[in-house]
Amino acid sequence: MSALYFPELGQYALTLALMFAFLQAVVPTIGVFRRDDVLQWYAKPLCVGQALATIAGFLILAICFVLDDFSVAYVANHSNSLLPWYYKVSAVWGGHEGSLLLWILMLTLWSLAVAFNAKSLPQDMLARVLAVMGMIGVGFFLFMLLTSNPFERVLPTIPKDGVDLNPLLQDFGLIIHPPMLYMGYVGFSVAFAFAIAALWSGRLDAAWAKWSRPWTNMAWACLTLGIALGSWWAYYELGWGGWWFWDPVENASLLPWLMGTALIHSLAVTEKRGIFKSWTLLLAIFAFSLSLLGTFLVRSGVLTSVHAFATDPERGVFILLLLGVFVGGALLLYALRVPEVSGQISFSGSSRESFLLLNNLLLVAATSTVLLGTLAPLLVDAMGAGKISVGPPYFNLMFVPLAIGLMLLMGIGAAARWKNTPWSSFNKKLWWTLLVTAVLGLVFPFLYGDGFNIWVSLGIWVSAWVFAATGVDVWDKTNRSSGRWQGWVSTSRSYKGMVLAHLGVAMTALGVTVVANYAVEKDIRLSPGQSVKVAEYRVDLVEVTAMRGANFVADQGHIRMYRDDHLVATLNPQKRKYLVQRNVMTEADIDVGLFKDLYVSLGEPLENGAWAVRVHIKPMVRWLWLGAIFMAWGGGLALMDARYRARKPKLLQAGLVTQVAQ
Amino acid sequence: MIKRCLLIAFCTMWSVTLYAVVDGHQYPFDNDEQALRFKELASELRCPKCQNQNIADSDSIIAQDLRQELYEMVQSGKTDQDILGFMVQRYGDFVLYEPPVKTNTYFLWFGPLVLLLLLMLIWVVVIVRKRAATDVSVKTGQNNMQSYHRLLSDDTSNNQDQHSQ
Amino acid sequence: MKRLLLFAPFLFIFSLGVPLYFGLQKDPQELPSVLIGKPVPNFQLPNLLEPRVTLSNKDIKIKKPYLLNVWATWCPACKIEHPLLNEISKAGFDIVGLNYKDDAIAAQQWLLNRGNPYEYNLYDAEGRLVIDLGVFGAPETFVVDAEGIIQYRHVGLVDRQVWEQQLKPRLEQLMKPSSLMDKVLAND
Repeated sequence: MSALYFPELGQYALTLALMFAFLQAVVPTIGVFRRDDVLQWYAKPLCVGQALATIAGFLILAICFVLDDFSVAYVANHSNSLLPWYYKVSAVWGGHEGSLLLWILMLTLWSLAVAFNAKSLPQDMLARVLAVMGMIGVGFFLFMLLTSNPFERVLPTIPKDGVDLNPLLQDFGLIIHPPMLYMGYVGFSVAFAFAIAALWSGRLDAAWAKWSRPWTNMAWACLTLGIALGSWWAYYELGWGGWWFWDPVENASLLPWLMGTALIHSLAVTEKRGIFKSWTLLLAIFAFSLSLLGTFLVRSGVLTSVHAFATDPERGVFILLLLGVFVGGALLLYALRVPEVSGQISFSGSSRESFLLLNNLLLVAATSTVLLGTLAPLLVDAMGAGKISVGPPYFNLMFVPLAIGLMLLMGIGAAARWKNTPWSSFNKKLWWTLLVTAVLGLVFPFLYGDGFNIWVSLGIWVSAWVFAATGVDVWDKTNRSSGRWQGWVSTSRSYKGMVLAHLGVAMTALGVTVVANYAVEKDIRLSPGQSVKVAEYRVDLVEVTAMRGANFVADQGHIRMYRDDHLVATLNPQKRKYLVQRNVMTEADIDVGLFKDLYVSLGEPLENGAWAVRVHIKPMVRWLWLGAIFMAWGGGLALMDARYRARKPKLLQAGLVTQVAQ
Repeated sequence: MIKRCLLIAFCTMWSVTLYAVVDGHQYPFDNDEQALRFKELASELRCPKCQNQNIADSDSIIAQDLRQELYEMVQSGKTDQDILGFMVQRYGDFVLYEPPVKTNTYFLWFGPLVLLLLLMLIWVVVIVRKRAATDVSVKTGQNNMQSYHRLLSDDTSNNQDQHSQ
Repeated sequence: MKRLLLFAPFLFIFSLGVPLYFGLQKDPQELPSVLIGKPVPNFQLPNLLEPRVTLSNKDIKIKKPYLLNVWATWCPACKIEHPLLNEISKAGFDIVGLNYKDDAIAAQQWLLNRGNPYEYNLYDAEGRLVIDLGVFGAPETFVVDAEGIIQYRHVGLVDRQVWEQQLKPRLEQLMKPSSLMDKVLAND
């Protein structure tokens, strides 16, 4: 077999990548200190080398999976010969070692993207940025090769077959969720590297904000999609219809997202107005630090979570060390290098700067709260003060008011002008909108539900407010003699991006409000031929049949749902038994609708041929993820704004014009 | 080490089952109010030996027993306080997803509020200062006009960075 | 002054690192029993070997410290620790068995085939006493002193190491005749 030496080749590739990363960290650094153009120039080819070696290592691991090379411990533990090929490929990131490799792969791809898309960046800045990325690479390659080598062999007794991929991960959502999530997580390393490069060079002007803004937007958009995919996957795959559990691992992805959201707003101020520089730098450092903290929480086993990887304290110590070096080093550099006196640019309390600052502070409060809740069990335990749990009741109570505050600001902030907005100059429609949407919020629970509910009212109010206020703002800003459509087209892409992203937030908030308060869940006992009423639906069980899949057997229910005697959905939920690990899994079936999901899972067989069946009615649950798509779309659109795409001379002019214009 | 592995292996036997537990039909209630209370309490109580799951979602044997216990207590008209007290007496504060307000959780309950007030104070201070600020800065090298010039001269200045070292 | 303030984020993060480091040494799954220092809860349970006879706290007539072992036939770790329990029992230590959520016949058969290390056999089909004890699975083993006060709990398999290092020293410690003074303290 020619594949015999493959794992060694993979290991070789990764070691080579480590060397490249090391050189990428060291050579440009020397180049910067000695002002040596040639050494600085080396950053780019070294980055290419690192990327190629990492890609090779990754592909080789994938090949080991596809060829069922169970002599590799990681393959044996996460695959099986019966597994369909596409799950064999996605099993590459189904466990700790492989997902770490994916993490590093993303890092090198981001570096590569920076290296080749930074034409407006002076060479010495690029050298610094790539050197920082190289340092991060060195840290993580060392972590992987020393504690979590994916190519470790099980010799001499090679297992006959693998123990299979966890059935929960044998799913389309899990093929795409981790890559997207990691792309977002790791993407913040670019903003981090730009911040470090700025501190290092002392060049803290608006230019670095302009350079790092599109990258931050991109990372944020990916993270948004990644989180949404995870939530969507949990919703349909876990079978209990939940979409957010405030589990430590979910929080670990929310923390950099919240900080990243603050960062993209703060970057906007820094770029346009040249203020908040040191604040923005701090946010850039913290956004990536929280990504790293997430990595630590998920992989060290300090917290119990449904999703955590099999853990090992030794790995935890290593990541903590990396965390200390990168975060500690960055903050130390920050403390030493950031200028003490900031620019003396004035703005009033009702200026856009002021609202964006408030937005940032609220987001920091939200991030800190989620962080505090996530770490509290650990902190209390470490102090020897007992064992506590912090779960959904705490997070909902603390987070929701902050989110409401943020959304109230959103409508005003977008309409405000830089420097100062006299209250009289806000469009009168805006205040009417605030009032009308408040009334709508108050009335909504009576129309939709069966009585007043303060949380529904607040949720509906702020969602409707953001929709309407964004609409009013677009209406104001597209008032051209050539017509509104022309007016909309002529707005900048960053403006369009902002509008889309804000609408996305409103959609998600609307979805959350409705589904969290008006979802119906009922467990029923059903015999074939019998029907039971759930809310306004009649649920019929036609029959339950046995079926066989590639690596599982299943009982499959055939269920029909009627409303007013009209058939609205035919659903076939399954109860699967996977043959290798012998796990039982519920595979829910969902009738997807823009305004309502009908969601059925099959439980255990009961006596007399009856079955336990759970029926969920989930109104507007799709809006959650639809909103996330809009947010990510907005983020993507903003980064394609003309001023980031233009070549150097034009960019400088444009930059000057926008700045002078203010 | 082997012991630890064994222990983990056995733990998984009684804890992680990641499929929806559909047994609500076993807990019929006379009225919707009780059914709702049962559901809410079950989702706010943490299964003591699971990977961060509530007792409604977990299939572990202890979660089944606790559901049964909870059902009987709700049925017999016990108050939420009685029920939560019963659980805490046996399993400690750990079972509560909403931690009680106690000395060891003051930071958790009041920390965010204090922080929020602090951040709002910062906002007020910044606004007061910035309103008074004049647009033309003379004090520092971080002058705004200088930034523009730097931006303009990026082409030529690539290695002439005086700030680095 | 302002420069010093800029070190705040750095110091904050470093102070956060300390509990994270200590958190690594701890097992988040480990949950100490709330019942330490409290008496064994009241119970009324059938005797596994004679289901018609009901046993309650006062029927446990052990006048020295003993082990209370929660077990079941569906519990794989119980199978592994059973021979050691037999050994412990032969060495003169008393063990009370609490059979949890089990089929009585299967449990009786188990004791017949594998030996009966238990002084008393409680049969808890519905998990009443088990919940009162704050147990979260089988096997779990409690150290109870002569007055019926719970002194220690071990979760999971009892192997030789656990027995020699955790359980046996505690039992022996409790067996030492305590001075009257200690008793006064203990009753405080």
